[in-house]
Amino acid sequence: MHIMEGFLPAGHALAWTAISAPFVVTGAVRLKRILVERPELRLTFGAAGAFAFVLSALKLPSVTGSCSHPTGTGLGALAVGPAATTIIGTVVLLFQALLLAHGGLTTLGANVFSMAVAGPWIAWGVWKAAGKVGLGPSVAVFLAAMLGDLGTYVVTSAQLALAFPDAASGFAGAFAKFAGIFAVTQIPLAVAEGLLTVVVMNALNQRALVAEVRA
Amino acid sequence: MTMARQNIVLLGAAILVVAAPLILGIEGSYGGADGQAQAVIEESGYRPWFSNIWTPPSKEIESLLFALQAAAGAGLLGYVLGRLHGRRPK
Repeated sequence: MHIMEGFLPAGHALAWTAISAPFVVTGAVRLKRILVERPELRLTFGAAGAFAFVLSALKLPSVTGSCSHPTGTGLGALAVGPAATTIIGTVVLLFQALLLAHGGLTTLGANVFSMAVAGPWIAWGVWKAAGKVGLGPSVAVFLAAMLGDLGTYVVTSAQLALAFPDAASGFAGAFAKFAGIFAVTQIPLAVAEGLLTVVVMNALNQRALVAEVRA
Repeated sequence: MTMARQNIVLLGAAILVVAAPLILGIEGSYGGADGQAQAVIEESGYRPWFSNIWTPPSKEIESLLFALQAAAGAGLLGYVLGRLHGRRPK
């Protein structure tokens, strides 16, 4: 889902940076408070960050005959909350922009919004909703992580369609094109991320190392 | 089903889902989706106005850094889960 360096017009790059910045600031504040008030969650936060590092480094094959990578941010959203998870996702994206030439600084705002804001908040929302309608905890975690991952790629497709609308079919046509590249490729990877997240979440839950996260 | 058995089933299913395109022999170049989107954008005549301030000098160095990223994450994750496991009442 990385939008490559320089691949958003300056106006769009700036707008997404402005949109993401408050999430990063409030995320840092929230994270600091969690670590001070609930020091036992430090390990949980470490696990969530580590999980995102591993998953976002793995480029996996998909049924479309191309490769993409999971995001790993669903676990953080459920274990330490979506706001603090924004920091995890931002660190991963910075690492990849600076050392791997994947993504970039001009597109960091847009990429933070899709992977570190939209994904975790979607995961958290799905998790809460699944709990309300009485789905079991494992099913809720699976759906949350899967849809958070998929949601990240849908947002990326929308960001690119906004920046590069199709000459004939406009936003809708461009969105279909980018979603065909990103979102369809992502479906099996999102399923795999959902399954892995259930395993790690189970392990954390066994020691009650998961916060009663508000947001 | 015990937790351990459930975990094995879930991990096995995740591996199957990821390996399925290769097992089924689905044709494709298996290039990155990021690069495909980049190509679509460049077809429209758009040219990037900024390039990465540092790019790994070769595919080997790039895969080294990706491997390091995964290894660092896996190491820390293993440490945390191992610590939690050790805390369990015997």
